[in-house]
Amino acid sequence: MATADWNPLGEVYYRKCELYTMEWSGLVDLAKHTVAASSYGGPIALMKDDSKTARVTTTIKPVISVYNAAGKLLSQMRWNSGTVVTMGWSATEELLCVQEDGVVLVYDMFLTFKKTFSMGQEAKDVKILDAKIFASFQGTGIAVMTTSFRIFLISNVDSPRIVRLAEVPGLNEAPNCWTIVVSDRQARALVAKGGELYLVDQGGQFQQQQAELSENAGDITELAVSFNNKYLALCTKNGALWIGSADLQKKYCEFNTSSPMKPQQLVWCGNGAVVALWDKLILVVGPDKDWIKYNMDCSVHLLQEEDGLRIIGNDTHEFLQKVPAVTEQIFKIGSMEPGAMLYEASKEFQKRNQKADEYIRMIKDKLEVAVNQCIQAAGQEVEPGKQRTLLRAASFGKCFLTDYRPELFVNMCQMLRVLNQVRHHSVGIPLTYTQLEHLSMPVLIDRLVLRKLFGLSVRICQYLKIPDAEGRSRILAHWACFKVQQKHEDEEKLARAISQKLLDVPGVSFSEIASQALEHGRKQLAVKLLDYEPRASEQVPLLLKMGQDQTALTKAIDSGDTDLVYTVLLHLRDKMASAGDFFMMIRTMPIACSLYIQYCRQQNLKLVEDLYYQEDNSLEEGNCKVIRSYTLEHLEERAKLLEDAMNCFHRCKNEFAAKQTEEQVRLLRHQRRLEDDTGNSYADLSLQQTLRKLIGDGNHGHVEKLRKEFKVPDKRFWMLKISALAEVGDWSELEKLSKTKKPPVTLEVFVDACMKQYNRTEAVRYVSRVQPEQRVKCLVKVGQFREAAEAAIENKSEEDFDYVLSRLGLADRQVAETVRGMRGQLMARR
Amino acid sequence: MIQVEKMAATGAAHLNSAKLNLGILRDFYRREFLECIDKCIGTKALVWDDGLTGPFGLIAEASMLKEQHEVERMFRLQSSGLPSSNVQNIIFIVRPKLGLMETIAQCLLNEEMKGGYVRKEFYLVFVPRKSLLCEKKLKELGVYGSFASVEEFNLGLIPFDSDLLSMEMDESYKECYLQNDFTSMFFAAQSLMTLQALYGTIPYVYGKGDCAKQVVDMMRRMKMEMGGVEPQITPQIDNLLILDRNVDLLTPLLSQLTYEGLIDEIFNIKNTNVKLPPEKFVSQEEKKNSKEPLPTEPKKFILNSADELYAELRDKNFNAVGAIVSRKAKTITAEFDERHAAKTVGEMKQFVSKLPHLQNVRASLGIHTSIAELVKEVTDSDEFLDSLRCQQELTHGIDTDKVNPYIEDCIAREEPLSKVLRLICIQSICNDGLKPKVLDFYKREIIQTYGFEHMVTLSNLEKSGFLRPHAARTYQVIRKTMKLIVEDVNEQNPNDIAYVYSGYAPLSVRLAQYLARPGWRSITEVLNLLPGPKVEEVQQIPMGLRKRRASVTSSQSSMGEQKLTLVFFLGGVTQAELAALRFLAQQDDGGTDYVVATTNIVQGHRLIESLQEHIEPVKLNPF
Repeated sequence: MATADWNPLGEVYYRKCELYTMEWSGLVDLAKHTVAASSYGGPIALMKDDSKTARVTTTIKPVISVYNAAGKLLSQMRWNSGTVVTMGWSATEELLCVQEDGVVLVYDMFLTFKKTFSMGQEAKDVKILDAKIFASFQGTGIAVMTTSFRIFLISNVDSPRIVRLAEVPGLNEAPNCWTIVVSDRQARALVAKGGELYLVDQGGQFQQQQAELSENAGDITELAVSFNNKYLALCTKNGALWIGSADLQKKYCEFNTSSPMKPQQLVWCGNGAVVALWDKLILVVGPDKDWIKYNMDCSVHLLQEEDGLRIIGNDTHEFLQKVPAVTEQIFKIGSMEPGAMLYEASKEFQKRNQKADEYIRMIKDKLEVAVNQCIQAAGQEVEPGKQRTLLRAASFGKCFLTDYRPELFVNMCQMLRVLNQVRHHSVGIPLTYTQLEHLSMPVLIDRLVLRKLFGLSVRICQYLKIPDAEGRSRILAHWACFKVQQKHEDEEKLARAISQKLLDVPGVSFSEIASQALEHGRKQLAVKLLDYEPRASEQVPLLLKMGQDQTALTKAIDSGDTDLVYTVLLHLRDKMASAGDFFMMIRTMPIACSLYIQYCRQQNLKLVEDLYYQEDNSLEEGNCKVIRSYTLEHLEERAKLLEDAMNCFHRCKNEFAAKQTEEQVRLLRHQRRLEDDTGNSYADLSLQQTLRKLIGDGNHGHVEKLRKEFKVPDKRFWMLKISALAEVGDWSELEKLSKTKKPPVTLEVFVDACMKQYNRTEAVRYVSRVQPEQRVKCLVKVGQFREAAEAAIENKSEEDFDYVLSRLGLADRQVAETVRGMRGQLMARR
Repeated sequence: MIQVEKMAATGAAHLNSAKLNLGILRDFYRREFLECIDKCIGTKALVWDDGLTGPFGLIAEASMLKEQHEVERMFRLQSSGLPSSNVQNIIFIVRPKLGLMETIAQCLLNEEMKGGYVRKEFYLVFVPRKSLLCEKKLKELGVYGSFASVEEFNLGLIPFDSDLLSMEMDESYKECYLQNDFTSMFFAAQSLMTLQALYGTIPYVYGKGDCAKQVVDMMRRMKMEMGGVEPQITPQIDNLLILDRNVDLLTPLLSQLTYEGLIDEIFNIKNTNVKLPPEKFVSQEEKKNSKEPLPTEPKKFILNSADELYAELRDKNFNAVGAIVSRKAKTITAEFDERHAAKTVGEMKQFVSKLPHLQNVRASLGIHTSIAELVKEVTDSDEFLDSLRCQQELTHGIDTDKVNPYIEDCIAREEPLSKVLRLICIQSICNDGLKPKVLDFYKREIIQTYGFEHMVTLSNLEKSGFLRPHAARTYQVIRKTMKLIVEDVNEQNPNDIAYVYSGYAPLSVRLAQYLARPGWRSITEVLNLLPGPKVEEVQQIPMGLRKRRASVTSSQSSMGEQKLTLVFFLGGVTQAELAALRFLAQQDDGGTDYVVATTNIVQGHRLIESLQEHIEPVKLNPF
């Protein structure tokens, strides 16, 4: 019968079931060890305690061993630091060892050292008496009591910030006991001084508290706060056990244990009962003074959990809990709850008994409740067999329901499957369903990863269909990070193994793994792994860190990300001894080169010139020199630089550029001489502009000289001269010019030049002499539309006439009308 | 101190209308941007880099920023410092240019000198990306620490119109082909990834040219970097065609002859805004009535398809614009006259409800009549016509191997250098490079006329492929195979894309046209002649996301089912090319619709000018 091992405690029942037969059985005697176990089915740390065994004090340092909850040894080490006062576990399953001098050392469960911090100068100076590790609202906290009876506290081991609590008035000897109470997001200490209780807080306030105790109870010797920080239990010297609320406002009972001895442990079982331990005797006391007694075979260690109590012994690991309400409803003898009936019905159905039908009929309208009860009860069972029968009952009941939503059932099946996996003794996490709900699945997966159970956690993720990014990819990345730390494995093999597993997994950061490898001094491996990193922005900085400059540069260039290339380039430039070496390195990479040149161009043009010089790019070097010459204000300097440029052009066989540069130098010199002669400035003018100015000034001698020297083509020179003369209004000279024999330009140019100066009268003079084929156009230019139209008609050219028509927009209306009317004449002529 | 009065308060309705809802992209940017500035709490002033006000005007309205995001002031980034204000936060929004960093530093130092009651927090936002060099520069200038945060806002392709996205990176071609700096290609690849995240992976990718290959390679790499996280959207874009400007340098050099193209050539359209001389836009009556002097500030217009009339006119050959405008004017007058015909109250009511629309159309008619007049003044000029004639001779391959007398005259007349260079470059391309003698003659003429400093500009043009020494003959082959020259085009009712240049069909658009039908395999020979590699790639789409093909028998398969191709121009696209692509999309037998993305919008002058070396000589010391 399921209820055979239930023990009544007032209205409710308690049951104790075995979780594991310990693997350490026969090897470990708990009586000789200090024990620290982590809640939520966490690992157990043991430290051989000399004070418990040794008759002779030795200087040999103790050994610390970590086991999983099934007693399987995970790791072991000889302690080589100071005296450990208290050991405990953080919420993230780190082992916290608080030393006598207030130094806290943090290890992972494989006893790999992680970090250390101190509990303050005072703790260091005067040593500490005792320390408590507690769950704070921010994580895990540590409180220490110094030999001067002051309490220092941190709320979060991940970011230790030390706070001093208020002092208990008149405390001049070590208090009998003290504990930490967390409420309203603050941790306070409850200190027992004789028969009095003081609550001290972080704001420097203390408060005396009074527990309603019978008169001859004596001093308080032990305090225990429940898991939810709402209830408090305390023991007195004369064996009274008081249970009440944590603020001592409410008293539930006072129970006389009649034991003059202080219990070894006083803890809470869930939030419903207090458990006291004297060597091999366990006493469970309920709030209504009911009690249960268990006799154990050997000394044990008690650990309070959210919904019960773990009893760790030399041979077994048991779990004591209040029988959950739903379990009670189904299994209590004579229960008429729908769940119980359904359970019976299912059992009868298995036996092919028609009673099954009767039972179902009885609960027909409460069938849904029955199914839910069976599902929930399955969650409360540890044994897979029992889970199965309950689930089978639920499934049986479901058949009679038409629109039952299956999520509840499916979820429970999935959760139980996961729970059974992690409860397996090789994993050793004896979580209950209630605990898992509180802990949440992602945290459980994290804990499996912490235990390096990568395969199992990946399978769980896949089974629960957790997205790869949060599940599988993350785990594989952790796996790879762990893998690279294994020094005995061959790098080549390792790189291959990791890449094979991870290459098709989206969202794995190879650079993270590589940096992990680098941290463990495995540079070659890191380089190999980094090659798989697709994100250049992650890859390149790490490559630089590893000194893989060339690869970093290539990767940066391949990525096309200019910023990344600059990161590498500037890093290299600062690193390299000489600019020459640096340039030698990048010269084979055109993109890097040109980007660097771009950068230099914005800094300093001279630098660019030097780069081109080193690169043997004489053409660009010359161009740079040409550009730079314009920044020099002294003629001779400018000429000198241009001559340098000319040599560059010669070197790259660009004779044209060389010649032009040479001519420019000559032009500069001419301009300076002209300036000296005439007092006019010709600086920075082109040859054309210089000539124009000279023509305007009437300096025809110099014009001829320059024209010959620089071989200005006839046609251009004429056009220049015509427009220059028109500009200064030297009409007579212009006319003289037009009468030169065989001019290289047509008279139209003269017309244009005059019109550009808005001098129609002058323009008209030339129109009459214009060649017949250009006459029409020129007449239009001077605005003689009618004459133009007549000329077009004379030429019998429809094209010309259309041209005149298209330009009529500029003519006045009357003329335009007349011209339009002349179209007929054109037709007549043809 | 001039404040940035208002950023173009363009509505975004016109973005949503077409085949691809670009409103989504705009909203995406807008959200990201607001997130970016909402990070600092309290009242804020935004300090804008001049080059960004235009693009940002297209994604977030000033009024919205003011009312909902505590942006109290907007300033222009100037080295003279910031005007005083009592906002809590000052946010600088700048492109990553070293020159701007100095200006910022100047502003910060000024602010520190001023002091003041309210402690101000400074923020810096780089658009589109942070730059190591800029940050380094700020550190060197000793102001980097003054910023509470330095962020980046990844503004890639800005939606300009319902079928046009631009990155507004004006120097992209120069950076790639002159300076060997492919940063803008990286940004292009990034923005294509953003597009794919919003509109689904594009299944087929084609490309031609070195930069196109680079971008495709980078996209592949970025896809890998994302670690297999693919957008779970059914692809809305079927093909991506990436064209490197280098493949077709001729087109942007020629004078565009569409309405929008001409406006851009003559007045420079910037971020869909154009500034025009104001005289034309004052009505006769206003001229008479107003006692105040006429406005002299240029008048600003927004040109996009939100304006119904402009949407119709923009892509027409300019010679067809006049007819459309006058036809429209007639219909609108007729519609206005309907009010006389309206007798019953119902009819009157109907007329009144149409009234706002009619008035809008009438206003826009007025504007475009004036703009067309402005354009016509230029297109009727001898300079324009002669230049056009010269261009046509060259593209036809007439006497391209000799010194062109018109170009010679232009130099002698000292016409604007960019015009001269543009013509010489056209000749060089149409002749597959110039004979050394001809090239040297031009160069010498330019140096003597415009000054020696332009030797570097000429060298730049040679480096970037615009001017070439004589090389293998390819132009004639390409011209013939691709039918680039089309005689007797119909400018009013075109039947070929060549109408956009009155007889010349842009090669780039021909490539797109051939890709759609019959496919690039038919022009393998030409593709081999064009510079740079050819890219053809298929991006796998998961089964569930593939477009369901309508079955052959389905009655709907004959209609609809238009494929959507995104054409990405690296190094710029001209308005005329856009017009040609829009023309293709409208063809009944086309079967392909086009959306265009580009690094920037170019026209010949801007393109040539970006390659010019701007030297400012120090004045020579006369002693």
